[in-house]
Amino acid sequence: MEALITSIVKPLVEHPDDVSIDVKEEASKIVYHLTVNQADVGKVIGKNGRIAKSIRTIVYAAGTDTKKRIYLDIM
Amino acid sequence: MKQVTASGQTVEDAVQSALVQLNTTEDHVDIQVIEEGKKGMFGLFGQKRAIVQVALKENPVDQAADYLKEIAQAFSSDVLVHVKLVEKHITFELEGEKIAMIIGKRGQTLNALQHLVQVMLNRHAEDRYRVVVDAEGYRSRRKDTLEQLALRLADKAKKIKKPVTLEPMPSYERKIIHSVLQNQQHVETLSDGQEPNRHVVIKPVK
Repeated sequence: MEALITSIVKPLVEHPDDVSIDVKEEASKIVYHLTVNQADVGKVIGKNGRIAKSIRTIVYAAGTDTKKRIYLDIM
Repeated sequence: MKQVTASGQTVEDAVQSALVQLNTTEDHVDIQVIEEGKKGMFGLFGQKRAIVQVALKENPVDQAADYLKEIAQAFSSDVLVHVKLVEKHITFELEGEKIAMIIGKRGQTLNALQHLVQVMLNRHAEDRYRVVVDAEGYRSRRKDTLEQLALRLADKAKKIKKPVTLEPMPSYERKIIHSVLQNQQHVETLSDGQEPNRHVVIKPVK
């Protein structure tokens, strides 16, 4: 799952090396916390959060096989 | 980025040998001359071979196809991506097992994928590409469904003499509704609301 998130985000940003993901596993959900370079924040969020929404749609769809709920936190 | 360094008697020779190694043609590469060759005296003294560095230019369309493939792999291991390019309109057709997962409910995952590919492709591009991501003919099936829905709801609007509101849709789906009802005299269509909740309203004409 981390691999999917990085492969979605890296080509969208100017500083792909600064993309990192923290995973926190809780009782009923897994939280992926995505951080990118300060200059790239807008690039992963987009106008009215459109890009962030698209990323979440794909990540959640890919996560339907897992038993726990998935959350994607950006910044 | 793929690149090779090659040498030859002259710059042209060196470039040619690099192109053979990369299995490509001159339009798809960036050439940097590192050392101009010298013939030398009588072909004996001071002879220097030409050295060039030839790098394969990354084609943005190929990059986008790879990007799409990488994401699709998270859903199923064997997804094929077919690319169709007509001027600035690119259609990526996905094919493989578990395609339904990639399409999602009412195509929402497919639309998200299409949006991301469009953003990724136009990030540095001077001329913008229009991207369509399709899977197993989903877009044309959806078009048929929407056309039927539009005609049915136009009849309903006429019968109940009240406007009929459709659910929110992306712009290209609303366009399908508008264009199919364009020639219907008894109704008119308009889009209401703000993205992403913008939706079509079909109104009866008095």
